[in-house]
Amino acid sequence: MIRKLLLSTAAMLSLAATAAAQDVAIVNAKVWTGTSAGTLDNATIYISDGVIEGMGVNFAAPSGTQTIDVGGNWVTPGIIAPFSRVGTVEVGAEDSTNDTSAGGSPFSVALRAADGFNPAATPVAVTRIEGVTRIAVAPSNGASMIAGQGFLADTSGSPGSISNERAFVYINLGEGGADLAGGSRPAAWSALRGAFADARGYPARFMAHNEGDALTRADAQAFGPAVRGQQLMLVSAHRASDLRLVIDLKAENPNLDVAIVGADEGWMVADELAAANIPVIVDPFSNLPASFSQLGATSRNAERLIEAGVPTAFAHLGNSGHQSRLVLQSAGNAVANGVSFDDAMAAMTVVPAAIFDMDGVGSIERGNRADIVVWDGDPLEVSSAPSSIFINGEPQSLTSRQTKLRDRYLNLDESEKPLAYKR
Amino acid sequence: MKPLIYLMASASLLLAGCGGDDGTSNGDGDSADPVEINRNPFPSTYTPYPSTTTLIKDATVLDGIGGELVGGDVLLVDGKVSEVAEEIAAPDGATVINANGKWVTPGIIDNHSHLGVYPSPSVSAHGDGNEISGAVTAEVWAEHGIWPQDPGFPRALAGGVTSMQILPGSANLFGGRGVTLKNVPARTMQGMKFPDAPYTLKMACGENPKRVYGYGGGRFPGGAPYSRMGNVAGYRMAWAKAVEYKRKWDKYADEGGDPPTRDLELDTLMGVLNGEILVHMHCYRADEMALIMDMSEEFGYKVASFHHAVESYKIADKLAEYDTCSAMWADWWGFKMEAYDGVRENIPMVHQAGACAIVHSDSDIGIQRLNQEAAKALSDGRRAGIEISKADAWQWLSANPAKSLGVFDQTGSLEAGKDADVVIWSGDPFSVYSQAEQVFIDGALMYERGNDALTPVMDFELGQPGEGDLK
Repeated sequence: MIRKLLLSTAAMLSLAATAAAQDVAIVNAKVWTGTSAGTLDNATIYISDGVIEGMGVNFAAPSGTQTIDVGGNWVTPGIIAPFSRVGTVEVGAEDSTNDTSAGGSPFSVALRAADGFNPAATPVAVTRIEGVTRIAVAPSNGASMIAGQGFLADTSGSPGSISNERAFVYINLGEGGADLAGGSRPAAWSALRGAFADARGYPARFMAHNEGDALTRADAQAFGPAVRGQQLMLVSAHRASDLRLVIDLKAENPNLDVAIVGADEGWMVADELAAANIPVIVDPFSNLPASFSQLGATSRNAERLIEAGVPTAFAHLGNSGHQSRLVLQSAGNAVANGVSFDDAMAAMTVVPAAIFDMDGVGSIERGNRADIVVWDGDPLEVSSAPSSIFINGEPQSLTSRQTKLRDRYLNLDESEKPLAYKR
Repeated sequence: MKPLIYLMASASLLLAGCGGDDGTSNGDGDSADPVEINRNPFPSTYTPYPSTTTLIKDATVLDGIGGELVGGDVLLVDGKVSEVAEEIAAPDGATVINANGKWVTPGIIDNHSHLGVYPSPSVSAHGDGNEISGAVTAEVWAEHGIWPQDPGFPRALAGGVTSMQILPGSANLFGGRGVTLKNVPARTMQGMKFPDAPYTLKMACGENPKRVYGYGGGRFPGGAPYSRMGNVAGYRMAWAKAVEYKRKWDKYADEGGDPPTRDLELDTLMGVLNGEILVHMHCYRADEMALIMDMSEEFGYKVASFHHAVESYKIADKLAEYDTCSAMWADWWGFKMEAYDGVRENIPMVHQAGACAIVHSDSDIGIQRLNQEAAKALSDGRRAGIEISKADAWQWLSANPAKSLGVFDQTGSLEAGKDADVVIWSGDPFSVYSQAEQVFIDGALMYERGNDALTPVMDFELGQPGEGDLK
């Protein structure tokens, strides 16, 4: 605990350190603000001390500020990938490099994905250079339906990039969770109720019995904040009946802070989700009856959820350790399938920032952190790419291991020296 | 003494044998009635659905072989492409479609799909794509594992996919035969089977075979290969046997006598050596592809396409020289070591080197938006200084996969006489916002967005949540 607290403090200090970035003004920008101001043409964004000090069409940065004229191009808040494993796995199939799950661990809630985060992992830069500046990283289920605790980080790759190392508890209440809990949904829900009781009874019941119904001592302690509604509980489920059980859980425990990831059949219970104010993180690509829990999967899920008033974020859920960057493509596809451009942008910025309680992130407005992306085209177009990226006001590198490999092999001429000499 | 009849059949090897003989015996050993292997025992029953003469007017047309026509017309007659021109007069009785603002392309051909053999829902009973009982299973055929009711087929259709190759998985060194299908719903596999398309053979390099066999955790199936050395030894031993088998059959064809004992595994490999069956090989690493190219020359066959080919950009010159295709993703990477060096510019870099580049899916999700995958690759290439036109890039989606499957004489471009496998897109198909609005297969309108009457729903989805829902 103490070590973790110290780490948290270090992270804060590091954030403060990056705030010393040079002041800069982005001018002549088409800004999707993420606020009621909508999209502004020919706007200026003034970044000072890592935050947005001012912005607007008639706003002028102090004279002498370094200026970047983006020629009328799109500027958006940094994109948030709200369900990712970036930085916790280098090569998926190589267990030695993969810290996403722990099938051999006796712990569940107490597992902290943050302990496995490597800001220098190659997927971090690969993700960043596509415009994704923040990631919510979940552990994967190993031995338990409760995978552990997820964290929030930026994609700068710097040592202090974790902003909240215990942002949420991730629980699988779909087919996978049922399997891990013993083989059925009843087993999963019994385990969850037991876990709630263990957390609420902590530490007393562990003094008397020295073990909980469902959790170890460390897990019961770690589950406390989520059970008390002080920490987000992120639940994975698809089937409408499973989603109703989650809605019921919240009705029985109104203080819970619950969000759902997956929710392929969310549209079937959209009004109930909206009434319960339960946000969802959906993958707009998911339109196949991939399992018997996803028979209602449709490309129109996002549109219907948003129309019903459900706070809806987007994620690309496939290969989440390496391809979270595809959230932008998935958002573009959501627009092709009925979602408005503004709602699609919000689903990668404002909405996930709210779900994860990310302070000062997700919109371009005065006082917010300067997480900003300048694009060479429509940000949702597959043909577009960032031309500049700022995280906490710091300009970011647009290179990755992949761009270095590309540059080495763009010309295959080895007449003078092998390509291994070329960097 | 040469039996004359057999010699003739042998000269046209794609013809089916007559009489349905099982090939192991001709009954009475009469040399006047020689044993012949039936090369087509599960023949296609697909015939094109009824179509009208259709004139698509005033579209941006990509002909699939590098041509672009703005404000062009496309005429489909009797299930074939009849003409592509700036202005075509509507024949009597033609259905005329005003496609102003829309784009027209050849239908997308995915040369790497597991639809049907790994269908949705992906329950345990549906895993019919890997016969992992042995490292060499050239005797199995993907078409025997295809469930034509896979809900993935109509979704691929809605993505503009008109043909696809269904392959066995990559667990084995030799995974078995692949089959090319028209993406037309049918009650049977034969009802989808692309008429006269050659068979293919799936092979696999690298991590998968050695992980599944040698490192099967000491459990089933176990055994060789344990290493890339074992992989190559496994291929070569099988090819050596195939050479011997072919020699026996050739000798029998020349000299008669007792027919060789039939071996289904070696039938497939002999088909490759005879040039009838096209090799499609899962291979990620550049250095492995180079080994495979040498091996193919050792045994006298050619690789039609490397698949996944994540490192093709490292040897694009050698691939061009050997003259094979690379079927690639736009940006998949990192899920295993041999996919670690993936770059976003792989496809344009291969194209730039003059080698055959293909966008493939290997995914029931990816197959629904292969046009977007091409768009990503195209734009990433341009940012790296590789200028390729959209018209040229469309070759990655139709002409080149058709060539790799041996069906380019029938489909894959909008040339007169080709199958009218055509997509009308709502706009530029290199935009994320564009969708396939109408999909023609052999001239018949098989899909129309927003029209329930032209949206197939598989049996599995009837009576289920979301039946016939917008997908």
